[in-house]
Amino acid sequence: MTVTNESPAARQALNRRGGNAVGDRLFSWWTLGTGLLVLAILGLILITTVREAWPAFDAMGLRFLTERIWDPNPAAGDAIFGALSFAYGTAISSLIALLFAVPVSVGIALFLTELAPRRLRGAAVTVIDLLAAVPSVVFGLWGILVVAPALVPVYQWMHDVLGGVPVLGRLFGPVGSGRNFMTAGLILAIMVTPIITSITREVFSTVPRADKDAALALGATRWEMIRGAVFPHSFGGVVGAVMLGLGRAMGETIAVALVIGGATNITANLFAPGNSMAAVIVQQFGESTGTFTAALIGLGVVLFAMTVLINVFAQMVVRRAEARMKGSVA
Amino acid sequence: MTVTAPPATRSAAGGPDLTRASLAGRRRFTNHLATAAIWGALLLAVIPLALVAYTVLSKGAGVMSLSFLTEDIPNSYRREGGGMAPAIVGTLVITGAAALMAIPLGVFGAVYLNEYGKQKPLARLIRLMADVMTGVPSIVMGLFVYISWVLLVGEQTGFAGALALACLMLPVVIRSSEEMLRLVPDELRQASMALGARKWKTTLTVVLPAAISGITSGSLLAVARAAGETAPIIIVTGIVFSPNWNLFEGSNTALPAQIFRNASTSFPAAQDRAWGAALTLIVIVLGFTVIARFISSRFAIKER
Repeated sequence: MTVTNESPAARQALNRRGGNAVGDRLFSWWTLGTGLLVLAILGLILITTVREAWPAFDAMGLRFLTERIWDPNPAAGDAIFGALSFAYGTAISSLIALLFAVPVSVGIALFLTELAPRRLRGAAVTVIDLLAAVPSVVFGLWGILVVAPALVPVYQWMHDVLGGVPVLGRLFGPVGSGRNFMTAGLILAIMVTPIITSITREVFSTVPRADKDAALALGATRWEMIRGAVFPHSFGGVVGAVMLGLGRAMGETIAVALVIGGATNITANLFAPGNSMAAVIVQQFGESTGTFTAALIGLGVVLFAMTVLINVFAQMVVRRAEARMKGSVA
Repeated sequence: MTVTAPPATRSAAGGPDLTRASLAGRRRFTNHLATAAIWGALLLAVIPLALVAYTVLSKGAGVMSLSFLTEDIPNSYRREGGGMAPAIVGTLVITGAAALMAIPLGVFGAVYLNEYGKQKPLARLIRLMADVMTGVPSIVMGLFVYISWVLLVGEQTGFAGALALACLMLPVVIRSSEEMLRLVPDELRQASMALGARKWKTTLTVVLPAAISGITSGSLLAVARAAGETAPIIIVTGIVFSPNWNLFEGSNTALPAQIFRNASTSFPAAQDRAWGAALTLIVIVLGFTVIARFISSRFAIKER
């Protein structure tokens, strides 16, 4: 369209007739602005938290990440802020969570896509939705007052049976209060199951009908069909879903803060209390000042960077997997 | 779907036996094992849900009473009795304010993605980042609001909590609303354009009303999730022991924060209040969820 020979008067007439072109432009800018808000918030989070955490980064340097001692109020000398113990706690509790949640989630997703009778499918979806709807603090409350005490005898039994086994036994050391890495991991597993399930289910449902029918027509049992047609097609998507679950588990704060025990601790013993990065922030933020606050915000920066990286990567994996699936449906 | 082979009519005539019975024992066993494992997985998800629901109901019901809902929070964990009124007020006010901020912004963001941006690189980036933003830990959002708002105004307020919750809700609202806008048939837009309506008018009077039920239910789910957020509330709103309706002045509190504080003590009275608060919170959250489900099932645009 050429606008070169359009007189101002003609343009005005055009605008009057067709409604308000200025309004149109303003509206599109306004919606663009709200869309850009997402990018702005993410950028601002990074800038403000890094700036506010700088005193701690400045004082500790790289030791912030490699030092295992966290001593905000030492009897003598400077305070020491090392995040390693908490990073370890975050990693261990998240790994335990995935160890339990991934098989269960994949199983439920298979149930929903391949196995469920129509009537049960709705009920199963409701269960997953409800599990996702329960606030994390309620899981934490349940974890600290019911699950942790109830698991102590179980842990004790496992320690008695497996504690003597070389190497492996070190994982099942002496049991304390029941608030430990293991309990935190179990509670986290319950909380990440819905998200892994829902994404895995979406990925499974993109497997072409023809592939599944072909496998069945060749005489495969249902399990052989799942292994031969469903899994190879959806491997990438499942990896993405697991990583999203990992991101969620790492960032979970309240439930972990309640059940992980609250000790600065690096140990192979899963039955020992520890702490995670997110949990430390919420436990200690209220009583912190100065560099201590900066160090806690520094933990937030590390957490933010790690979860964003994991999420970006996971989203790209899921997108690629879904795009490929949709492309392959003839 | 069933894997039962068609009735082996040919086997009677001497052809190959295609029934399930002819499967090698090992294959049959593996198949049964896998089926059992899948059912087991479902059971493993049901058990914790049932246990949580049972515990919260039984312990919460013991505390629940009118005075629990209307009385102030005791300022000592040890003291018995008292209620959760300040936390209920805080939850409603803070979550409501967050919804008022996040839902309009999120819906317009979704309008940009679906009506203007479509597959442009910028729109794809925003879409990706909105998904990433849903994965940002709530504690980080709390720290962000603490730095950029609480330090600025020099006071922990309910509004700071609302800001944090709004940041957490925004990406959820954007992505769920976009899904709903995508379901609006293009013919509606074309018909409106053909009648001479500008794009903004088409969007506001045709597209958004067509998708409003889906947008409402998606937003309500986001509200429900935000109402249960704890970590940012603890960091940015402080604590009060009597109801504070003013968002912009003075500290506030909310049910999740009270559950957290009371659960980490060893006093039975405080733990009882935590269970009562948990029951109240779950009722509120489930209320939103049920309304959302009802709206989406009752008024959904049929996918074509």
